[in-house]
Amino acid sequence: MSAFRNLFAKIRAINARYHEPRIEMSGAVRLSLLVLRVYLLALVALMIYKFVLIVTQG
Amino acid sequence: MNLFAKLYYPLRKAWKAVGLYLVIAGPGIVVMVADNDAGGITTYAATGAKYGYHLIWFLLILIPVAYYVQEMTVRLGAITKRGHAEAIFDGFGAFWGWFSLLDLLILDWLTLVTEFVGMTAALTIFGAPPWITVIGVILLMAVIVLNGRYWTFEKLALLFCALNLVYIPGAFLVHPSVRDIIHQGLIPNFAGGFNGQLFFFLMANIGTTIAPWMLFFQQSAVVDKGMLEKDIPWGRFDTLLGSIITVVVAVFIVIVTGTVLHGIDIDDAAQAAQELMKTDRYVGTFLAIGLFDAGLLGAICISLASSWAFGEIFGWAHSLNTKIRQAPWFYATYFMLLITAGLVVLIPRAPLVLITLFVQVIAVTLLPAALVFLILLLNDRTTMGERRNTPVQNLIGGFIVVSIIILSTLYGFSVLFPNLFK
Repeated sequence: MSAFRNLFAKIRAINARYHEPRIEMSGAVRLSLLVLRVYLLALVALMIYKFVLIVTQG
Repeated sequence: MNLFAKLYYPLRKAWKAVGLYLVIAGPGIVVMVADNDAGGITTYAATGAKYGYHLIWFLLILIPVAYYVQEMTVRLGAITKRGHAEAIFDGFGAFWGWFSLLDLLILDWLTLVTEFVGMTAALTIFGAPPWITVIGVILLMAVIVLNGRYWTFEKLALLFCALNLVYIPGAFLVHPSVRDIIHQGLIPNFAGGFNGQLFFFLMANIGTTIAPWMLFFQQSAVVDKGMLEKDIPWGRFDTLLGSIITVVVAVFIVIVTGTVLHGIDIDDAAQAAQELMKTDRYVGTFLAIGLFDAGLLGAICISLASSWAFGEIFGWAHSLNTKIRQAPWFYATYFMLLITAGLVVLIPRAPLVLITLFVQVIAVTLLPAALVFLILLLNDRTTMGERRNTPVQNLIGGFIVVSIIILSTLYGFSVLFPNLFK
């Protein structure tokens, strides 16, 4: 149990350490990250669609 | 005497340069040759069997593609002294960091399973049962990494890279027509017209040339080796040499299967080796040995890529220069990945085909993100200083990255929806 507690504490420490992105958030960087988010969301949606297709069609 | 005196100093200088390169050599060659893993060998074998020599020119184009992408990791590693995972966490924050790290973990583990599939299939040809292969491989990999020195690991890995060249004598044994190779292979052409199936093969070849784990591995290897900013030119040369070797090996695999198995549908490299055994025992044996070696080299590098990444983020000691007592979590991650992946292959009726397909789909989610982060980090003036990307490097790198993203995404789609390009 304490191992899990240590692990979660470690993860919280990592999240705190890397809370703020260090790279300068210029317009190009923001746009790239936004496009990446949209791309990944579309991809996940497509995978879910495929999964549903497999399940419903047997 | 005069000629000797004239040649002595240039030769001594050249010999010194070779000596210096041999010290720096490693990450570039190892990552590139390891990229010709079990999945890569299967793709090249299937490409040769399907299209003969007709796609050799396309493989040659992949030399600069692989070089430009991996060269960026050399600069990033040598300047920041950080692995790729840590660079993403630091540069883009915890959200993108965790996304990349967990995606890498899943992808690496699934790819490891496919490496074990390749290795067990290769040794089954020689009569070795899968459980012996799995245990033997894990023990061999323990010997390679547990010696407590990065140098020893790297030199052993380079030895396995040399074994990857086994396809070259294999190609000479099947007596291919050099005239046909030049006429059909070196002049860009699309055999049978540009159709969905050809497109699928082109995408598969790109997919096997640039893999997400390669970015993480090479950057971490550059850091673990202790390469400095002054070593970047040698690191570049190492990467270029590695990208040439990997494509040359791929070309020779295509020549072997394109000569002997042209017109036969090949589903995996082990099947290609068995088919080759029927026509030439030695060539079939070479292909099987090469497949095992490819799987082994891929497995070593892929498990290390994950262990390094987790060590960087969790702050564990994560160097091959440390003993197991000094870096228990680093080695635990390495062996946990390895053992669990090996066990999956031993499960009766395990969905191995599904896992192989899943690897390609998951890679599509990580590769674009890793490449975008790479380009953005290489443009960060604060970190990279004068070593940041020049406009020309951005143009070339950007073009390659966008092309890879589009093609690998379409490849992922074609795996999810096989009728899409038919």
